[in-house]
Amino acid sequence: MSLLEIKDLKVYYPIRGGILGRTIGYVKAVDGISFTIEEGETLGLVGESGSGKSTTGKAIIGLERITQGRILFAGENITKYVGKNHSPYRRGVQMIFQDVYSSLNPKKRVLDIVAEPLRNFETLTKAEERKRVDELLDIVGLSPETAIKYPHEFSGGQRQRIGIARAIALRPRLIIADEPVSALDLSVQAQVLNYMKDIQQHFKLAYLFISHDLGVVQHMCSNIAIMHRGRFVEQGNKEDIFNNPVHIYTKRLIAAIPDMDPSKREETQVFRDQVSLEYDRNFHKYYTAKNQVYDLKKLSDNHYVALP
Amino acid sequence: MIEKELLKINNLVTSFRINGKYYPAVDGVSLRVKENDVFAIVGESGCGKSALALSIMNLHNPAFTKIEGKIFFKGQDLLKLNLTELNKIRGRDIGMIFQDPLTALNPLMKIGAQIEESLTFHTNLSGKEKQRRAMELLEGVGIENPSLTYDQFPHELSGGMRQRAMISIALACKPSLVIADEPTTALDVTIQAQILDLLKKLQKEIKSGIILITHDLGVVAEMADRVAVMYAGQIVETADVHELFSNPLHPYTRSLMASMPSKASGDTQEDRLHVIQGMVPSLLLQKRDGCRFSPRIPWIASYYHEENPVYHEVRPGHHVLCTCFRHFHFKEERRKSRVIT
Repeated sequence: MSLLEIKDLKVYYPIRGGILGRTIGYVKAVDGISFTIEEGETLGLVGESGSGKSTTGKAIIGLERITQGRILFAGENITKYVGKNHSPYRRGVQMIFQDVYSSLNPKKRVLDIVAEPLRNFETLTKAEERKRVDELLDIVGLSPETAIKYPHEFSGGQRQRIGIARAIALRPRLIIADEPVSALDLSVQAQVLNYMKDIQQHFKLAYLFISHDLGVVQHMCSNIAIMHRGRFVEQGNKEDIFNNPVHIYTKRLIAAIPDMDPSKREETQVFRDQVSLEYDRNFHKYYTAKNQVYDLKKLSDNHYVALP
Repeated sequence: MIEKELLKINNLVTSFRINGKYYPAVDGVSLRVKENDVFAIVGESGCGKSALALSIMNLHNPAFTKIEGKIFFKGQDLLKLNLTELNKIRGRDIGMIFQDPLTALNPLMKIGAQIEESLTFHTNLSGKEKQRRAMELLEGVGIENPSLTYDQFPHELSGGMRQRAMISIALACKPSLVIADEPTTALDVTIQAQILDLLKKLQKEIKSGIILITHDLGVVAEMADRVAVMYAGQIVETADVHELFSNPLHPYTRSLMASMPSKASGDTQEDRLHVIQGMVPSLLLQKRDGCRFSPRIPWIASYYHEENPVYHEVRPGHHVLCTCFRHFHFKEERRKSRVIT
């Protein structure tokens, strides 16, 4: 049994129009995706802006209403918990947000921010609570004195670590990380990624790692799904995706990663032009007549590609 | 072929007034940009790279900013010009591309009108000619339907299209120097590749110099001819791009490169990225004497740092600040330390 199993998830936003505000159509933000995450695994969800990757994350944690599909967490269908705040599912799945400036309440002290999930689910005395918060802060490398400070007193990287401390407070089994480092500087990003890996090992956590940065995804994830127009175009392990991409969209994405070796500029350019040419020429082979992505086909044990 | 010097900055100090005292965000920067050259300035947020860019264009608010030093553009000191003289250079000789096209473009003006604005200011073209030129520019930056985009507002365009529109504005008068401040940071990778490609192509066409300001080493590796690495308001290392990536010397440059996730990293669960100890000090607390990077590498003995760091030319064109680079090693590799001469 997988930790998380998503079956044919769809999230549509209605478009309203006319004088009566009737629904005249839908924006299909997520249009039928299925995947599983095993205990302790990291699945990378990669896509460009507007591909529906954040909506997927939000739908799983319940911040977005699901149009259709099933979400099974440890074998249990959790779509019935919609709107119920204290379900066991809420304990088991937590989220780390992208924007470290808007995801921490500026009026609350770090102590209250990190203790909030504890207060929701557990009855602890003040002293016990403080002890737990100190432990959590210690895990993310912050000193106990920081507990009485306010979010504005911290740098971006420290804020993200507070966000991580809050997310792991209830010992969740799955964390949805929505672009956790894209707002951070390179050296700070390295630090946050290291903490995320340490915590994963320590708590046997699974991550759904949502990112547009292929370099970071490469570093963090064993399995990767590439998303485009609300659907998966390719799914497989790291080696499959980076060394043997099959779908033209994946190829284009990988060709666009800047090469860190300036002497390979010409090569990269030639490769990119090739891929770009192939993209223009063979576009219709990879997309339906309505410009949609096909259903996934199994290529090998672990490698799926959207082909007709 | 002798390349002419386009921009020469000598000992630039840009200070901001905070609580009545001035604190230098750019502290003694000197650099030279040649014609037809892409000069990249790379550093993390708060290192002063954007403050430097705005100083060149003199776009800081004079009420609380003090700019000292010399900025020679084609032999003319930009800091000595008055506003009228400066406005003749801004947009005509020096174009600027900002990071966030949605805030840099005027939301109430159509794209076409925004391109024509600088043409009106700097040329004597008639209305018809200006329109034709604007269409040409839009086509030149790869917009498929220029006549449609010409009549659109910024909010009607996608991020990549907006950035293209802004590039066309910056290039409207064929400036000899373009300052691009994080031109692709807000964009997706595929769009980033297209925009960088476009910049390279246009640069060859109009033979301008580009100052590329970025935090992304990948962008530097793709675009730059020469690179300056900035830390805490100072340039710590300058080199040719090939030299910098094959032989990075300053501890900060080496640390930055080690903290990049790469193809090889992350293969095993135990793989960790390099983390630079401590954090970038705030402008108010920054110490002004000695090697500014020394608090981040405390395991390097203090006598390896210079009291008054100067630039050392390691190879022709490769300058490194402070002597500590000769004795630097990462904390983990204490034993394998090698001495670079």
